Amino acid sequence: MWNISGVNVGQTPVFRNSQRLLQGFAILLVTALRPKRTSICCVAGPLQCDRRKAARENNKYGDLQAMLMGLKRLFAFLFLSILTPMTFAQQAASEAVGDAVGEAERWGVNMTQGVTEVSRTTYDLHMLIFWICVVIGILVFGVMFYSMWRHRKSKGYQASQFHESTLVELAWTIVPTLILIGMAVPATKTLYDIYDTKEADLDIMITGYQWKWKYDYLGSDVSFFSNLSTPQAQIHNELPKSENYLLEVDEPLVVPVNKKVRFLITANDVIHAWWVPDLAVKKDAIPGFVNEAWTRIEEPGIYRGQCAELCGKDHGFMPVVVKAVPEDEYHSWLNERAAAAARIKELTNKTFTFDELYARGEKVYNSTCVACHQANGQGVPGAFPAIAGSKVATGPMDGHLSMVVNGSSKNPAMQAFGAQLSEVDIAAVITYQRSAFGNNMGDTVQPIDILNFKNK
Amino acid sequence: MAHGPKPGFTRWLYTTNHKDIGSMYLWFSFAMFLLGGCMALVIRAELFQPGLQIVQPEFFNQMTTMHGLIMVFGAVMPAFVGLANWMIPMMIGAPDMALPRMNNWSFWILPFAFAMLASTLFMEGGAPNFGWTFYAPLSTEYAPPSVTFFIFSIHIMGASSIMGAINIVATILNMRAPGMTLMKMPLFVWTWLITAYLLIAVMPVLAGVVTMMLMDIHFGTSFFSAAGGGDPVLFQHVFWFFGHPEVYIMILPAFGIVSAIIPTFARKPLFGYSSMVYATASIAFLSFIVWAHHMFTVGMPIAGELFFMYATMLIAVPTGVKVFNWVTTMFRGSMTFETPMLFAIAFVILFTIGGFSGLMLAIAPADFQYHDTYFVVAHFHYVLVPGAIFSITAGVYYWLPKWTGHMYNETMGKVHFWLAFIGLNVTFFPMHFVGLAGMPRRIPDYALQFADFNQIASVGAFLFGAAQLVFLFNVVRTVRGGGKATDEVWENPQGLEWTVPSPAPYHTFSTPPAVR
Amino acid sequence: MATESSYYVPEQSRLPIFATIGLFLTAFGAANWINGGSAYIFFAGALSMATVLWFWFAAVIRENMAGLNSVQLKRSYVWGMGWFIFSEVMFFAAFFGALYYIRTFALPWLGGEGDRGSSNMLWEGFQNTWPLMVTPEQAVSGESAKVVGPKGIIDPWHLPLLNTFLLLASSVTVHIAHVFLKKNKRQAFNLWLGITVVLGAAFLYFQIEEYMEAYKHLGLTLESGIYGTTFFMLTGFHGAHVTLGTIMLLIMLLRSVIAHHFKPDDHFGFEAASWYWHFVDVVWVGLFIFVYVLGA
Ligand code: HEA
Ligand code: HEA
Ligand code: HEC
Ligand code: CUA
Ligand SMILES: [Cu+2]
Repeated sequence: MWNISGVNVGQTPVFRNSQRLLQGFAILLVTALRPKRTSICCVAGPLQCDRRKAARENNKYGDLQAMLMGLKRLFAFLFLSILTPMTFAQQAASEAVGDAVGEAERWGVNMTQGVTEVSRTTYDLHMLIFWICVVIGILVFGVMFYSMWRHRKSKGYQASQFHESTLVELAWTIVPTLILIGMAVPATKTLYDIYDTKEADLDIMITGYQWKWKYDYLGSDVSFFSNLSTPQAQIHNELPKSENYLLEVDEPLVVPVNKKVRFLITANDVIHAWWVPDLAVKKDAIPGFVNEAWTRIEEPGIYRGQCAELCGKDHGFMPVVVKAVPEDEYHSWLNERAAAAARIKELTNKTFTFDELYARGEKVYNSTCVACHQANGQGVPGAFPAIAGSKVATGPMDGHLSMVVNGSSKNPAMQAFGAQLSEVDIAAVITYQRSAFGNNMGDTVQPIDILNFKNK
Repeated sequence: MAHGPKPGFTRWLYTTNHKDIGSMYLWFSFAMFLLGGCMALVIRAELFQPGLQIVQPEFFNQMTTMHGLIMVFGAVMPAFVGLANWMIPMMIGAPDMALPRMNNWSFWILPFAFAMLASTLFMEGGAPNFGWTFYAPLSTEYAPPSVTFFIFSIHIMGASSIMGAINIVATILNMRAPGMTLMKMPLFVWTWLITAYLLIAVMPVLAGVVTMMLMDIHFGTSFFSAAGGGDPVLFQHVFWFFGHPEVYIMILPAFGIVSAIIPTFARKPLFGYSSMVYATASIAFLSFIVWAHHMFTVGMPIAGELFFMYATMLIAVPTGVKVFNWVTTMFRGSMTFETPMLFAIAFVILFTIGGFSGLMLAIAPADFQYHDTYFVVAHFHYVLVPGAIFSITAGVYYWLPKWTGHMYNETMGKVHFWLAFIGLNVTFFPMHFVGLAGMPRRIPDYALQFADFNQIASVGAFLFGAAQLVFLFNVVRTVRGGGKATDEVWENPQGLEWTVPSPAPYHTFSTPPAVR
Repeated sequence: MATESSYYVPEQSRLPIFATIGLFLTAFGAANWINGGSAYIFFAGALSMATVLWFWFAAVIRENMAGLNSVQLKRSYVWGMGWFIFSEVMFFAAFFGALYYIRTFALPWLGGEGDRGSSNMLWEGFQNTWPLMVTPEQAVSGESAKVVGPKGIIDPWHLPLLNTFLLLASSVTVHIAHVFLKKNKRQAFNLWLGITVVLGAAFLYFQIEEYMEAYKHLGLTLESGIYGTTFFMLTGFHGAHVTLGTIMLLIMLLRSVIAHHFKPDDHFGFEAASWYWHFVDVVWVGLFIFVYVLGA
């Protein structure tokens, strides 16, 4: 009953990692506790040591003078405490990250300006509010620090007793209101712009699945899934991480530049959210409903984003990749995709050998099924059953077919893959599952059988 | 004089005494804080580096969910109720809470409710893994079986909160000493009165929404499923109708505490008492009409989007009034900086920073970029940790001598403060950066460019956690002994609680005090 | 006993901790039962809860009769009951709100109107009607749909109308009873309170009748799409409250008849129950309008 299955201590990186974490933590702790010892005087200078003693003698409770000295120490300390983890971060991250990510991308602190008009206006809006807040902050904290500096008891300052003024209360109600109105105006404009999905040149239907995206180019036969392509070995720290770790897919969404593309966004199981920061498009994908969004990308390029709504186990592993290309390139790509889809359809009537199916099935398994049933076919105890030794996968073919084509009647997580995969791929993956992971059934099922099963 | 406490553990089990119950609430809350904090440490340890190291994604999600739930319902809310129990009767000159037996019941439900919630960790399929906001259908059709236990523990937790709130309302409205008019009440009492109304109004709505979930999961209803004509977004509307007022439930009493501490250490009356009261009431009112700012990206019609954006922005005005009043109270005061004051000042600064990021989130088109990123995580930890947690800490230091009759160790208090202050900023400030740079929340693993700041945050989290041990040590020491505290404890503090001996007698105002 | 104070604070009490255990067993047992476990824990919990409540109320009554309860303390009970009822109002508000949202937003969107009207592409052929006889899933998959709309709905002008009369009448009768109690007319009080209880029971009887009709003949069930969902959740929770209210009034009746409780100027137990009853009544009027009449 104990659910330790989720915890997986004992992998080597854990030790390295926790060691480093502890190291950083220990250094921080030591620096933090040191100010209370005399040794900090060596950092802050002997002079302060005396002043601090003097201050102590004059005041029973810590007063501002002591505090200010504390402040100086604090700066030394802050410096250290930020620097230490940074150094560790640098070191550890460099090790983990390798040369994969350029220095420029690391330490990013701000929102991207993106590559669309909307993303730029959003950025401007963000900076506008940000600076307003900074200015207000400086004013408010300025007054506060001033009185903390001037009006303290240790300086002998006598408290005045005023405690009311309707006039100032009114002032600091009205002025912020005006400031807010000033922010609301550009915000409203931008919002209207974002909501205007009319007159699109191209419609793409986006469907979120646990845990992949499906793209349908409405008005053409092109439709495909887009899966995470980062290998499991990288995630489990067995291989060095690649440059676009977790942000790469097998099939990106391809769109033409300088065209208004309308997205119709929905989901098949739970709520997801389709987000690409560079396009400033984030919209929830809600099962049973369709939301609209749009973009007009100005520069060709590859733009990466991620699912932005908790959608279960692999929420962190369903990236979005958009490839914006010039219009003619887009058209030739689309035609090529349509032709490929037709070819797959033809394959339905072909009879494959076991080896062909097995090899293809392995690929399908590793892109589509692996998230739940795991690379070793062992599943996740309590949540996703194992394929290795599974009663279904080693039982009658019909049961296996039905499970994959129609999904499970008991657990919606096991979806109806009949609507997601081609007949060829279903035949392949079933064949694969029946013989892989020590199942050793050795039988095959042909695409045409799948078709017949579906039409039954 | 009145009786003292009964010896033995039945004192705690059977007690009707507001002070005993208050202490139990506070200790329970601290235990939950440590538990929820340990879960946060699991999260932070996993996020120390890219790649999966310590836990698997399913377990990570359970940690995130339980961390949120435990901190919100187990740590912050009970702590405020504990302070209310201790202080409200003393502040208004009442002999005890209005309904003492129910008071005990409200408390004892909590350990049981949380035992039930925590037991889900050991159940088949694991604990709730759908976030503390438990959006349908991830929390209904796709939930682990333990969700049923989660639902019922929310139900009884809600019952506890409602009873607690009713008790507080009845106490404040009915038990004030003669002469203690409403506009003479300390602000802590005022903010709690208003908070109690929020609780009574929204906890039943939470009960309603979990009931809908239960029905959808087990009895075939279609509230959150489009196939039958329902809508998953309905869940979010009902949840946030509870959820947004809930976040103010976690901050209004904090405003009250800070409004008590700052005047004491500035040796100057609180500036703008009545505007503070009106501001609190306005915040409470507005909190009912802003809920959908958590849902800007669900595809609401633009009219809704605009309404909720404007209403949310408006909250900055009354909150600003409060901040300005505190600053003006300090202005030309005669200030000293004991531990409670340090925490209170840090509260004002860091809460305001959290408020600023809240205001940025309120701008709907900008929220499209912020939503569900670490920027949001940074926002709410700034309002919750240096907001709610710091105010509670400040309150504990401020009133501890009154409760125990002993003075806490000031040096240790300062060490605690600076450790916590620095640890917290090192933890949560970098989250703004990774959030803006595009890191989604609730993920166990992340892209390489977020590695550096995440490592800093993780180290900070451990520092902040360690600071809490100093606090624990200091409190335990003070409870067990230490320098004798005077009745007034501080220099000329205002309020009835300082007119009674330290420690406060078991039954404080058996006869109502005279109020000027 | 805090004799120094006029406000009675019981020294200690075992009641709360037992009530906690009862509540915990009830909740834990319910979850366990629903998840396929045994029902015993739940029933044990419910039983202990009922027992504790019995003793709890008995204690309060005893204290009151012993003259321990000051005017101020009674006011605390008044505030307590008042705000408890308010919390119940908010509980119903959640369900009424859900109904409103579904009818004003969700269904029109699914039917192809308004901002999210493109949702209709997922449910081709679905039409937004109320009552919702054909669910979106049914519109798409026809026979094989899992969630099927009802075949018929309850006619508001038959049983529901009758029930409206019953409940409204009961609100009047309970008020009459109250007036007699204040005039110290014990017999009349018992009579009118008795009538109220009978009216409450009759209401419940007809509601069960109505539910049987819905389940047996109309195909209107909890599972028949959002109409059945909102219909049964709203009326069902109301029914549960009527049941509770009737039991409360019945106990008041028994207290009066058997134990001769209540004085003309001191009868908060009865008053609280009657407030609760009026509240239940008001909710019914809301239901009758928003669920039955505007739903037909
Ligand atoms: C104590 C808790 C608390 C408090 C007090 C607040 C306060 C505020 N919050 Fe926050 N919030 C949370 C807890 C809290 N929040 C939590 C937990 C979440 C996430 C939930 C989840 O998804 O898990 C959240 C999320 C959240 C969101 C959703 C983000 C998203 O998911 O995309 C938004 C959006 O509008 C928001 C806004 C605000 C605003 C405008 C305030 C305002 O009240 C702030 C007002 C204060 C100030 C503005 C500063 C002081 C004012 C002045 C100095 C005056 C002058 C200033 C100006 C004129 C600018 N919050
Ligand atoms: C009041 C509420 C509250 C409080 C106090 C905290 C406190 C902390 N929170 Fe949490 N948090 C939430 C409310 C709160 N949080 C909510 C509502 C969410 C959203 C959940 C969701 O997405 O559903 C969230 C989510 C959340 C996340 C995002 C998770 C994700 O998106 O996947 C993170 C990540 O860093 C985090 C970190 C922390 C840390 C480091 C602390 C620290 O302040 C904790 C400090 C405490 C301790 C460390 C324990 C005490 C110390 C010991 C037991 C001693 C032993 C320790 C040492 C010696 C080091 N929190
Ligand atoms: C989102 C998670 C998920 C994905 C992806 C997934 N499955 Fe499953 N699978 C499940 C769950 C959950 C069950 C258990 C269903 C049940 O209990 O009825 C299951 C059960 C099965 C079973 C029956 C195992 C048994 O012994 O009960 C087979 C066979 C199977 N899946 C095949 C596949 C194939 C083939 C794919 C990919 C094309 C796939 N699954 C992808 C979640 C998933
Ligand atoms: Cu899909 Cu998160
Ligand atoms: Cu909010």
